Amino acid sequence: MANARRWLTKTLLGMLLTTLIGGFAGAMLVRFAPGYGVDERELDVRLSTKTITAIRRENAQQHNLALFYMHYLAATMHGDLGYSMALGRPVRELLSERLPETLTTVGVGLGFAWSLGLGLATAVVLSRDSSIDALASILAGILLCLPTAILALWFFLAHASTRLALGVIVFPKIFRYSRNFLLEARSESYVIAARAKGLSEIHIFLGHILPACAARLVSLGAVSVSLALSAAIPVEVICGLPGIGQLAWQAAMARDLCLLVNLTMVITAITVVVNSAPELLKKGACA
Amino acid sequence: MKTTASFLLLWISTLLTGASLSAQSANELRFSIHSFPKTFDPVLVDDDASETIRYLTGGVLIRINRESQRLEPELATGWKLSRDGRTITFTLRDGLRFSDGTGFGVADVAYTMNHLMDADLHSPTGDAFRVGEGKIAVKVLTANQVAITFPAAVVGLERLFDQVAIMSQSSPRKEMAVLGPYMVDEAKPGAVIVLKRNPNYWKVDSAGHHLPYISAIRLDVQPNRDLELIRFLRGEIHFINSLDAEYFEKVKAENPAAARNAGTSLDSEQMWFNQVPTAPLPAYKKIWFGSKSFRRAVSEAINRNDLARVVFRGHAQPAIGPFSPANQFWFNTALRPHPYDPTSARARLAAEGFYWRDGALYDSSGNRVEFSVVTNAGNRYREQMATLIQQDLSDVGIKLNVVTLDFPSLIERITRSFNYEACLLGLVNVDLDPNSEMNVWLSSAENHQWNPRQTSPATDWEADIDRLMRAQASSLDDRRRKQLFDQVQAIVWDQEPFLYLVNKDALAAIRPELHNVQPVVFRPQVYWNIEWLTLNAVVATRQ
Amino acid sequence: MKYARTVAALLLSTLVLACVFRDQLTPVGYDHQDRNIPNAFRSRQHLLGTDALGRDRLARVLEGTRVSLVLAPSAAAISTVLAILIAGTAALAGGWVERLTASGIDLFLSLPWLFLLVTVRALLPLNVSPMTSAVITFSVLGCLGWAGAARLLSAQLSWLRSRDFILLARASGCGGFRLLRRHLLPNLMPLVYAQFWISIPTFILAEANLGILGLGVSEPLPSWGSLLRELDSFSVFGWNLWQLVPLALLIAVVSCFHLLISKGEIAA
Repeated sequence: MANARRWLTKTLLGMLLTTLIGGFAGAMLVRFAPGYGVDERELDVRLSTKTITAIRRENAQQHNLALFYMHYLAATMHGDLGYSMALGRPVRELLSERLPETLTTVGVGLGFAWSLGLGLATAVVLSRDSSIDALASILAGILLCLPTAILALWFFLAHASTRLALGVIVFPKIFRYSRNFLLEARSESYVIAARAKGLSEIHIFLGHILPACAARLVSLGAVSVSLALSAAIPVEVICGLPGIGQLAWQAAMARDLCLLVNLTMVITAITVVVNSAPELLKKGACA
Repeated sequence: MKTTASFLLLWISTLLTGASLSAQSANELRFSIHSFPKTFDPVLVDDDASETIRYLTGGVLIRINRESQRLEPELATGWKLSRDGRTITFTLRDGLRFSDGTGFGVADVAYTMNHLMDADLHSPTGDAFRVGEGKIAVKVLTANQVAITFPAAVVGLERLFDQVAIMSQSSPRKEMAVLGPYMVDEAKPGAVIVLKRNPNYWKVDSAGHHLPYISAIRLDVQPNRDLELIRFLRGEIHFINSLDAEYFEKVKAENPAAARNAGTSLDSEQMWFNQVPTAPLPAYKKIWFGSKSFRRAVSEAINRNDLARVVFRGHAQPAIGPFSPANQFWFNTALRPHPYDPTSARARLAAEGFYWRDGALYDSSGNRVEFSVVTNAGNRYREQMATLIQQDLSDVGIKLNVVTLDFPSLIERITRSFNYEACLLGLVNVDLDPNSEMNVWLSSAENHQWNPRQTSPATDWEADIDRLMRAQASSLDDRRRKQLFDQVQAIVWDQEPFLYLVNKDALAAIRPELHNVQPVVFRPQVYWNIEWLTLNAVVATRQ
Repeated sequence: MKYARTVAALLLSTLVLACVFRDQLTPVGYDHQDRNIPNAFRSRQHLLGTDALGRDRLARVLEGTRVSLVLAPSAAAISTVLAILIAGTAALAGGWVERLTASGIDLFLSLPWLFLLVTVRALLPLNVSPMTSAVITFSVLGCLGWAGAARLLSAQLSWLRSRDFILLARASGCGGFRLLRRHLLPNLMPLVYAQFWISIPTFILAEANLGILGLGVSEPLPSWGSLLRELDSFSVFGWNLWQLVPLALLIAVVSCFHLLISKGEIAA
């Protein structure tokens, strides 16, 4: 019990540390990228030299990265996530407004992608029909080749929810990998033995094949969350969905350090959690 | 097998959530904005979306009629400019109230002006008023008269008030209490803003009906121009302002009456060479870029007609100078666009000692003439213009490399590191008066793009421009100012620090349900007369 | 299946030949602008019509194929090899190295690499040839695209490690890279193939998006990415269906690749 608790503490600390490192590394990438500290307003001909100088000074405040990050972490302890220079609003407000939108998009998209991907993979495994496999593979291949903008446009033209575009982007990857996992499990000796015993296909699938690749499917699930989060950026930008993907793009184009650090940490935290969740659950069950 | 397939079908069909139908209120105008406004504070406006909100909700003392380009009284029934050009006295309309019911009076004008000129706010609108050192003085003369005195004469002073939305001094609703035709009813950040009619708006039509006619405006944030066009064609939005040429053609093909071209706009697309002495460029390139003959040769090698015809589908005109002919008063009518003349370009280059070997151009020291042009990525028209120019220049032996950059990287290069050779960008002209371009033409200015922040003018012609611009800024006689600015335009035409390429047409798409629309070339092109627009039909839309 | 593979191989070789002999197939170069006929429909002169600037679309498609058909699979190979190496090393070392690698992958998946790309652009000189820029772009993509695959390979490896035959091999003294090469890798191949196949179109599309950052293939050189970017606009629909040729070609090539490498995958 004490052992399990120590393990849990260690894992949680590890997750926290990864998230913190993620925030700092994100800040570093932004800080040293060209265009940091510039402002589109500098090209506004109406602005006087004094104003432009003031804008520059304002943007130069966060030039010392270590200092910025320390101040930021200290403020975070008090629930203050900082202020977005580009959007002129507190980061906490922005995140709480936009996170639900993205979670819905990612949820709907992943639901769609997994239903279709795992569904087709299951069909391939159960049917043992190479033509279904070929057709599904071709479908996956076609969808893999379609640019996000075209997908989004088609969904929009068809009056369908553009969130599904996200699902279509993630689907081919889920199909391809889960198909391989399932087929591999099907050729296991004990599955063949079960079939020889005369168990029904559904029984074999649910009782033997699926459990054999459960761990890997969970890993695929975790990776698919990362894939969906990164696909959410173009989908939200193109479709005008007010989520954190769109926010991330705006922040990136404005080199909004504070907002980007928060977004990187949110995404790192989500990634770390979904990737560690299976192990945590397993250990939790054992304890 | 069969069951698997039917299961799959069921899955897919349940997942494809159907589109829901919603009816739109009969008298609601809909259009798209491309980003969510950064601010509702009229003083701090500096992006397009905020500008839209300010135009629709803000009440101003004087309005520039976008069609006649003349000044019209709004909240002020009259105004008077003192002889020295430093003081303007307004007589206010009586009995007006803000949208929240708070009364409007001289104190509000005083409050707005002081807020606007607050040096710590760095208001772009306020900056236009800033001349000389010192503070402004606002003096309340009577219950409805107020005088504003500036530290020095401000040329074109009255016109600047078109941008000053009056704020309430005492309203608890701060900037949300407005005097314009509409007020913000609902704002969902990043998604939508709904405006509704300001119940206290003062204007009535000749029949005594309260304006505006349209009771609400729904502004959807839609950054994607394609989706905006689809929504327009479906009838979900009523108009598109500043439409791209390609989309204009599409609208025209579907419904010729909906495609409206208001004529050549004030906006220009231009290219310039980096002439900053400290730029990290090889010395020989600095010599090319500093040479008038080189700039003129490049300019003559560019086929501007092709740019207008191919890239903008004919909906653009070769540009001449800082102001397009649309600016009727200030444009120098003696000037013509630089002709497309590769022969003359070659002659100019040869005279400067350039020579050709195997079709490639070399300078007198034997350096191959090759340079790059940077432009902002994501703007298809600029990328296409750059590619056409690339071809034009290769015909005279110059190798041009096109580099697209994201905006922050581009700005850093053209304002800080000066690590670029040539740049292709557009300039949005919001003001008709040349005084608004002081920050471009003065050699000491920040936006003197080809060589900004000079301590003293690097060339004689820049010294001349400095002198002429200062002279026009200190004169109150418009005809005299026009003479001076004509000279500036002539110098710029001759020296070509900016290679003006094209002036785009102001294109719009307008649905037939929307009436009384008179699109103009000045912002906000379609809805400048918003209070007079009417809608006639209930449009059912799918969301 | 064998028949389909032959067809795929034939199609790919035809395409390669067409790229090699592209000068003979098209009347003008890929960068020649005939400004009198922008957006032209297909004709005998221009088999696929012309683009917005009056350039022969067939010539551009062939040139773009040459660029993308070499670079995208190379980038896919880089990322796949990186994924194998990283996941393999972690699995072999086990213990804290494995945990550290897992955290590293999490980090790698979450960081805003966009800014690295922007920085890469800034480090390149402005007058860089379009081809060099293309090569650098695809290399960077290859170096950044391994993390997701490495995570899945790790999962597969940790599953394999508990399998009887691996335990047996270990018991008989087989270890280190020998174990990886002889016993683990063959069982990883289906996943590796899947990853390689998925990466090709992903990188081709990513290159198109990198145009936004000034990376990618610059004018006048075409790539499939830049040709596909022309399709982004709604206004092209109904103009000229021949514009869809690059997309069809991409799908065909990706399907051919799939057929050819699916030999290494498990059959249904």
